[in-house]
Amino acid sequence: MNLHEYQAKDILKGFGVPIPPGEVATTPEQAKALAEKYGTAVMVKAQVHAGGRGKAGGVKFCKTPADAFEKATAILGMQIKGLTVEKVLVTVAADIGSEAYVGIIVDRARKKPVFMVSAAGGIDIEQVAAETPEKIKYHPVDVRYGLQTYEAMQLGFFLYQDVKLARAAAKIMQQLYAAFMASGCSLAEINPLVVTPTGEVLAVDGKMVIDDNELDRKPAVAALRDESSEEPSEVDARNNNLTFIKLDGDVGCVVNGAGLAMATMDLVKYYGGEPANFLDIGGSSNPEKVVNALRIITADTNVKAILFNIFGGITRTDDVANGIVTATKANPLKVPLVIRLTGTNEEIAMKILTENGFSASSDMDEAVQKAVALAKGGK
Amino acid sequence: MSVFINKDTKLVVQGITGRDGSFHTKQMMEYGTQVVAGVTPGKGGQTFESTVPIYNTVADAVSATGANTAVIYVPPPFAADAIMEAADSGVQLVVCITEGVPVLDMTKVYPFVKERGIRLIGPNCPGLISPGESKVGIIPGRICTPGPVGVVSRSGTLTYEIVYQLTRAGIGQTSCVGIGGDPINGTNFIDCLAAFEADPHTKAVAMMGEIGGTDEQEAADFVKHHMTKPVVGFIAGQTAPPGRRMGHAGAIISGSAGTAAEKIEAFEAAGMGVAKRPLDFVELIKARLK
Repeated sequence: MNLHEYQAKDILKGFGVPIPPGEVATTPEQAKALAEKYGTAVMVKAQVHAGGRGKAGGVKFCKTPADAFEKATAILGMQIKGLTVEKVLVTVAADIGSEAYVGIIVDRARKKPVFMVSAAGGIDIEQVAAETPEKIKYHPVDVRYGLQTYEAMQLGFFLYQDVKLARAAAKIMQQLYAAFMASGCSLAEINPLVVTPTGEVLAVDGKMVIDDNELDRKPAVAALRDESSEEPSEVDARNNNLTFIKLDGDVGCVVNGAGLAMATMDLVKYYGGEPANFLDIGGSSNPEKVVNALRIITADTNVKAILFNIFGGITRTDDVANGIVTATKANPLKVPLVIRLTGTNEEIAMKILTENGFSASSDMDEAVQKAVALAKGGK
Repeated sequence: MSVFINKDTKLVVQGITGRDGSFHTKQMMEYGTQVVAGVTPGKGGQTFESTVPIYNTVADAVSATGANTAVIYVPPPFAADAIMEAADSGVQLVVCITEGVPVLDMTKVYPFVKERGIRLIGPNCPGLISPGESKVGIIPGRICTPGPVGVVSRSGTLTYEIVYQLTRAGIGQTSCVGIGGDPINGTNFIDCLAAFEADPHTKAVAMMGEIGGTDEQEAADFVKHHMTKPVVGFIAGQTAPPGRRMGHAGAIISGSAGTAAEKIEAFEAAGMGVAKRPLDFVELIKARLK
């Protein structure tokens, strides 16, 4: 789950990270009022889950409250990478002497959270990594001990020669690490970390990505989810414990397991069709999940045929069969249904389906080809 | 012959009385796995299905029964503790089926397990099976048959699909290992490839990867430099849109890192066979067994 900049900054502030004052506005009037309250130049920043906000014109420097009103009018409602800007962050504009990058990411290869710090912050850090990798220091952390002061100081001195600045940066890194662990992040970054002409070290932008597996045990973090910034069908699916991603094709897919779901989409394409979605009903299925899956898929009017591809392991295929029967009894389908189902409790599942007038195949290629043909209007 | 588990595997089941744990314990017992103990705190002294003794702790179960392998079916908030409990109990192999374990928990668990020299498979995996000998986890036994092919996969149900297609074509397996799709897991492709290379009965290996990360590229490099046996690979997610997460935490592509195309290129560069769809494994493996 992605957090907005203002949410990430609120969390970081709670851990002591120095951040210029700022608040969220949803109207130009509010933006103007905030600029008046701060009595200084401000930044007006679009709050959407997309990178490259600045390049898209979603981040503006405003000298006066009238300027803030004008810029907020332009930014609110604008589209950035297909997302509508509903909120802006109005924040005191810091005087920037230098810009550094500080990030933590859970690294698959090292199997640890890894700090990445660079004095060449502010710009595209991927570009720095690709072109001048020596400008980035990587430092893995043993979570059993946490980031020790000497480690934070090593990183601080990598950014700044001056001991005062290095100490201030080291303290921020320990605070960032504490926020990262406490919030269940898979990524947290401050970019840029700036030094002002008066020698203050400040976090001017913050980003956090939360591991979805943490949300059940961190309700305060889970409550930060902004559903208005997501595809409604994906929100509906998630609230029903399904993983759903809407795509542009016409073959609706209901599959158990992410790997098989991706392989099914690949096979739809292999046989000349286009998948309408990725949908993983997960393990430990119950009939209710299938009912919800069918409701979400049939709401997409692009869907011309629905394909079930279920290989039962921990998922019991009889649960899926019962779900299909229940769902189609309540809401008869308007598009053809192709069922491929094999594995745990397959005999019971086949019996349930046959008794209710459905046919099912146990061959994946056969079922995919049939669904692709039906979506194209074939028989 | 097989890797990691065989007919001498003596299994303790953590979470044996739960919905998934009890269902799959029965399936393992029917398959012939020696399930010697179960663990559910507070139910010590009872028995499962009137035959398997239940203990309060894994340590009790191991000292009473000599179990050498543990399988975990406990809910995600308790999974990290369950893995560490198993790794501290004297078993040599720990298999964690649980899906949804927070990755920061695994950053703690991984070094704990490694320092004890224990092999962990998973989490978020279907476990493993050595056809005709033993099954630990949830892979449906009836889709497997003994034979010369080693199978290793990051996915659960996709593994079943490919094993099923091999079995239908009369191609059996030495062992099938599902390593799981999470960003941090105990056993990776290379560990399994090395085990299959060392297993005298394995003649070829089928490997299923996914988009995201660089594990498949590193595995391809291992195949090129350290394996004499033929390997056929497949990558799921060839049509996945960039930057979107497809269920598995591992299945993320952003930019060019970890795309299907990049991984397939690494397979080809290592001289591996590349299956474009699951069914292609049959012909590609057949050709390499001749």
